[in-house]
Amino acid sequence: MLKDITLGQFYPVDSFVHRLDPRIKIILTFAFIVGVFLGGTLWAYIPVIAFIYLAAKAAHLPIKMLLKGLKPLRFILIFTFVLNLFFSGGDTVLVKLWFIVISKEGLMTAIRFSARLVFLVTGASLLTLTTSPVVLTDGLERLLSPLRKIGFPAHELAMMMTIALRFIPTLLEEADKIMKAQMARGADFESGNIMQRAKAMIPLLVPLFVSAFRRAGDLAMAMEARCYHGGEGRTRMRVLKITKNDWIAVAVVAAMIVLTSLL
Amino acid sequence: MDEFILEASHVSYAYEEEGAAAVKDVSLSFRTGEMTAILGHNGSGKSTLAKLLNGLYIPTEGKVTVCGMDTADENHTWDIRRNAGMVFQNPDNQLVASIVRDDVAFGLENTGVPAGEMPARIEEALTQVGMLPFIDRGPHTLSGGQKQRIAIAGILAMLPRALILDESTAMLDPRGRREVFDTVERLNREKGITVIWITHFMEEAARCHRAVVMHEGQVAMDGTPQEVFSRVEELRRIRLDVPPMANLACLLREKGVNVPHHVMDVEGMAREVLKCRS
Repeated sequence: MLKDITLGQFYPVDSFVHRLDPRIKIILTFAFIVGVFLGGTLWAYIPVIAFIYLAAKAAHLPIKMLLKGLKPLRFILIFTFVLNLFFSGGDTVLVKLWFIVISKEGLMTAIRFSARLVFLVTGASLLTLTTSPVVLTDGLERLLSPLRKIGFPAHELAMMMTIALRFIPTLLEEADKIMKAQMARGADFESGNIMQRAKAMIPLLVPLFVSAFRRAGDLAMAMEARCYHGGEGRTRMRVLKITKNDWIAVAVVAAMIVLTSLL
Repeated sequence: MDEFILEASHVSYAYEEEGAAAVKDVSLSFRTGEMTAILGHNGSGKSTLAKLLNGLYIPTEGKVTVCGMDTADENHTWDIRRNAGMVFQNPDNQLVASIVRDDVAFGLENTGVPAGEMPARIEEALTQVGMLPFIDRGPHTLSGGQKQRIAIAGILAMLPRALILDESTAMLDPRGRREVFDTVERLNREKGITVIWITHFMEEAARCHRAVVMHEGQVAMDGTPQEVFSRVEELRRIRLDVPPMANLACLLREKGVNVPHHVMDVEGMAREVLKCRS
């Protein structure tokens, strides 16, 4: 069961958005988030929604895929909405029921905050659905590499991400194996309260950690044997090049931000 | 081209935490294009020897040279490791990237190969191990034998002159083992890559040009596999399995049936036995 796990949520098709330079996509995602916060009125969200729809179409992404990212957030969404609805205050009272007061301003704030949350998540999903983790790591490393001058470990960070991506399936598989082995010895991972269940995880976590450390030692040796000696003098297989398409994407996002802040 | 590509002379190595030497006064030379099996029990020092041969360990005494370069000389460390590539035991713990293409590129990136040259070298290396169709797959979707072949491709892309395989088949099923051994044997035959094959499987050693037996950190035997395996009593004394056919030959000779002791496969043995009867 654990073998089917997909890394991240990359949606592997070929499209205009998929082919964009990962650096541009990362920057644009951040610009998009800032843009969303610039919008004050509800009208401002029309260009945002139009943009998300357009981007999804250009990326050949089913809208359903995009909205799936919201599912784990549904409680936070409801919570944000309800909290803002009841406790924002405001003068124009719409509904008054015993101690519950819903004002027009409260309703607006509630909608605004939940909408922003939805846009944030879908914007981030647009990035991760259209960029494979490997390419994303590459883009991130190159975006951050100017910061190396002030001592920021850009290459090391990217290497850690690469290795983490590589070993997630391996460690999951191993966790599954250990879990079954411990269950065969009578371990119970499923019943009891939270404390008991957390305690039951110890016989799973200890062997998993021991093995992870052993793997780390082996991997370090193998990397050294393959001439790894840090980021100095290293070349990269992927050549990132900014093309006309990237500038088109920049223009589209810029237009969206301008419209959002004007409305 | 120098005749001996890897040379160890009077090499000793002791792990810091242990004190006792894992390898004691070993002198071995490996001829270019030769495929040598290194046999031995756990703790015989064969893995330590492997790591000495490409500069992962620096000998505490003696000297190791790779293509004429001293492994103790730090200026040559990366040249040495590029020329004497190493494949390890655990197929899961030596692949770095989550896509085969990126993993094979890892060594190339480390040695500063220009990006333009990489695709051709990656594809060539994967073709040589028969894994080209898997170029865009994730390692976690591959079998153990396939992962080891990817690891070999990652080394091959760096165009090494020697390949050191440290028990690379020990964790594989029989099919994966055959897959990996056949691949390496072919590389040795067709590309002339020097191979040092560390193993405890006698059948694999029987197919190499030369067999070296390590025992307690020292070279106990050195010769062709036939010569080594005919010394059945000695092999038993250091608790190594004797290949079944060599064992049979030994037993037959004790009973006075005069079969030659260098036959390794069942068919060959059957022929020899029939010859003796007639």
